[in-house]
Amino acid sequence: MYGALIIEPRAGERHRADQDYVVQLSDWTDEDPMHTFSKLKVQSDVYNFNQPTFFDFTADVSKMGLQAALEKRQMWNQMRMNPTDLADLSAATLTFLMNGTTPAGNWSGLFQRGDRVRLRFINAASNSFYDIRIPGLKLTVIQADGQDVEPVTVDEFRFGPGETYDVMVEPRDDAYTIFAQSMERSGYARGTLTVRQGLTAPVPDPDPVEWLTMADMMGAMSHGTGHEGMNHSGMDQGSMSMGAMDHSTMDHSQMHGGMAMDHSMHGMQRASDNPLAKPSSTIRHARTEYAASVDMRVDMPRTNLDDPGIGLRNLSQRGLRPQGHRVLTLADLKSIDGVLDDRRPPARELELHLTGNMERYSWSFDGLEFGKSTPVSLRHNERVRIILQNDTMMTHPMHLHGMWSELETDQGELRVRRHTIPVQPAQRISYLTTPHDLGRWAWHCHLLFHMDAGMFREVVVS
Amino acid sequence: MRLNTVKYLTTLVFTVAALQVNTVLAQMDHGPEHQDMGQMQGGSAPADARDPQAYSDGYTLTEGPYAQPGPRQLKLADEHAFWSVLGDRLEYHEDSESTVYDIQAWYGTTYNRFVIKAEGDIADGTLEESSTELLWGHALNAYFDTQLGVRLDQYDEGKYRQWLAIGMQGLAPYWFELDVTAYVGDDGRTALSAEAEYELLLTQRLILQPRAELNLYGKDDLDNRLGSGLSDLAVGLRLRYEFSRQFAPYIGVEWTGTYGDTADYRRAAGEDTSGTQFVAGLRFWF
Repeated sequence: MYGALIIEPRAGERHRADQDYVVQLSDWTDEDPMHTFSKLKVQSDVYNFNQPTFFDFTADVSKMGLQAALEKRQMWNQMRMNPTDLADLSAATLTFLMNGTTPAGNWSGLFQRGDRVRLRFINAASNSFYDIRIPGLKLTVIQADGQDVEPVTVDEFRFGPGETYDVMVEPRDDAYTIFAQSMERSGYARGTLTVRQGLTAPVPDPDPVEWLTMADMMGAMSHGTGHEGMNHSGMDQGSMSMGAMDHSTMDHSQMHGGMAMDHSMHGMQRASDNPLAKPSSTIRHARTEYAASVDMRVDMPRTNLDDPGIGLRNLSQRGLRPQGHRVLTLADLKSIDGVLDDRRPPARELELHLTGNMERYSWSFDGLEFGKSTPVSLRHNERVRIILQNDTMMTHPMHLHGMWSELETDQGELRVRRHTIPVQPAQRISYLTTPHDLGRWAWHCHLLFHMDAGMFREVVVS
Repeated sequence: MRLNTVKYLTTLVFTVAALQVNTVLAQMDHGPEHQDMGQMQGGSAPADARDPQAYSDGYTLTEGPYAQPGPRQLKLADEHAFWSVLGDRLEYHEDSESTVYDIQAWYGTTYNRFVIKAEGDIADGTLEESSTELLWGHALNAYFDTQLGVRLDQYDEGKYRQWLAIGMQGLAPYWFELDVTAYVGDDGRTALSAEAEYELLLTQRLILQPRAELNLYGKDDLDNRLGSGLSDLAVGLRLRYEFSRQFAPYIGVEWTGTYGDTADYRRAAGEDTSGTQFVAGLRFWF
C-alpha cells in the first residue's frame, strides 16, 4: 500500500497551475521480496542481464584494437567490479509502475490546450532510480522534496526512492509520453499527458546501457576518462561549469573537488576565520573500512554537484537526445530564500562513508552494518555538518529522518534543503542540519535492500 | 568437429586470460595510477584511521537517551541467516557411464557460514567414491572466506579416510573462483586440493565455464590407489544455457590425467591413465 500526501502551504502555492497531478513511480515484484533479497545474497548479479560479454569484447577489439579493449576492462576485472552494476534489481523481476499502472495500462492525465500543468513526481519505488522526461516538453522544476526551489528548466531529471520533484509543464500538442526509464535501463514506466482519454504519443526505447566510468570508481583521480566523461550538457550551463579541464588553470572558487586541490584548500581554510566555513577535504576512512564488509575505498572523491550521473552524461553528443538537452543536477537546485533559515556556521563536522561489498551483498556506513553500529549522537539545536563520501559504485539516496539535510557546495555555500540526497559513486558531498526534535531517528539509504542489508544508522538527538 | 570447436574455445579463453595477466603485470610494474588503485581494496587500516564509533557519545542501540527498554527490536538482514544450495555439477560422463555430483550448500550470515561440500561418483547404482566436507567459513577479507572443518572420503572398494581441513575459498582478481584446501589425516597423511573456475559470458545466458581441479597427497595410499605428489588433474570446459540464473543445463568436455604412483596403480590394473570424455549435466542453485 502506498499513497501521496500533499501538504498545501497555508498561504497557497507559489505557482498557479490549471491542472495538478501526482505522478507516483513505484516498482513491483511478483516474488516474495525477501526471497529476492536472499537471491542477491547468493549471487548479487542475479538480475543483471546487461553484463559485459565475450562478444562485446570482440566487438571492442575490432573497433578500438586489442590493447584498448583489454585496457577498458582491465581495472574492472582486476578489482572484481562489474561496470554494468547499475542496480541490484531489474525488469527481470520488477514491473515499473506509474500511479500504480503498468506501461501497457498507460496512466493518463488530461489537460486543456493552454493549461499550465503541475506534475508532482514522487519516487515511491523500493529499489529503483528513474530518469524522467516528457519528449517535446520542457520541465520547469519548482520544488524538490516538497521545498520550493528557484525554478529551473530542464529536459530530464533522475530521482531515487524517497525523492520528490514538482515540475510545471505547458503542453501545446495533443499528447505527450511521460517516460520514466529505470537507471539500469532494463525497462520503464510510462504514462500520457493528453487532451483526450485514449490518445497516446510515441514511447521511446530505453537508452543503451552505459558502463560506469573511471570517475564513478575512482572519483577525481581519473582525470582523463572521468572528467571528459563528465563534460555533459548539464555542465554547459549555469554558474557551476567546471570551465577548463586543465587543473593548472582551474579556478578554485568554482565547484570542483579532489585531492589535486587539497593543499590550496587547506591554505584557504587557515586563512578563514572559521575552520569549518568549508567542508573538510581530507579523506578519512574509518578503521572498519579495511574489513571484509568493504570492497573498495575512494581516496580522491569528486565533490562537484553538477554531474547528472551515469547514463545521463553527454546525451546530446552521444546522439541519444536533441542538441541542448539539459539534465537536472544537484547544482541546479537552489532553495528559495527563507527556506534555509539557520544561518549559523556549523559548530562541528561528522564524516561518514557509504560502503558496501557487492559480492557478499552487504551495505553499510563506514563498513559497519546496522547491527554492529552505534548511533550518531547529535545535540539538540546544534548546527552540524555531515559529510558523506560514497566509497561504492552505486548511487545511494540518503534519507535522514526528523531533520532537514541542507546541501552545500564543497566551498561551504548552502544550496538546497532536501530530506533525501542522492550521493553518486566516488562522490563526496556535505550538508548541514539543525536537529530540532528530540529522539532517535533513522538515517538510511532509501534503496530498500541497501537499508535492509545494513546501510542504516540511528541518530540520537538529545 | 565438436571437439575441435571446444579446443578452439578453450585456447581462446586461456589466451585472453593470459593477455590480461600480461597487461596487468606490465601496468603494475610501471603505472603509478595502478599502484594507487591497488590501495582501493583490502589492506590494513593505518594507525590514524577514523574511529567509526567516535560520533556515538558512548551511546549504543540499546543504551542512552530515548533507547527503547528491553532487547533491541529492529534487526535487519545483516543479522539474519541465509542459506543456499548450489549444484555446480550434476552430470553424466559419457565414457565411464557414471554420474558425478558436486554440490555446495551454506547456512549463515554474511561473514560466518556453515558450509557443506559434497562430491562423488555413482556408477551402476553404486556410490563408487565420495568426498564430503563439513566446514566453518569465516570471512578473511572482502572476497575470500577461510574454511575449517573435516572431510570424509568414502570408497566402495578401498578404505574410508578422515581428514581435518583448512582452506580458503573466494573470488580472485580477474573473476577466478578459487577453492584451495589442505588436509591432515591419520597416519601422517596430508593432502592438498585446488579448484579454479571462470565464467565467460558469450551472451547474457550462454556461459562457457573453464574449470580445473587437482589433487596432491603427502604419501601413497595403496588401499585407495593414490600416489604421493600430484595425483590427478582434471580440466574441463562446460557450456551452459541459463534458462534462469538458477537453472542451467550444460554440455562439456573433460580431460583427466593421473600422475606418479596413481598413474602406476592404474596402469597395473590395466586402466587408462588419462582420458577425455563428453559430459552433460545441470547446474542449479536455490
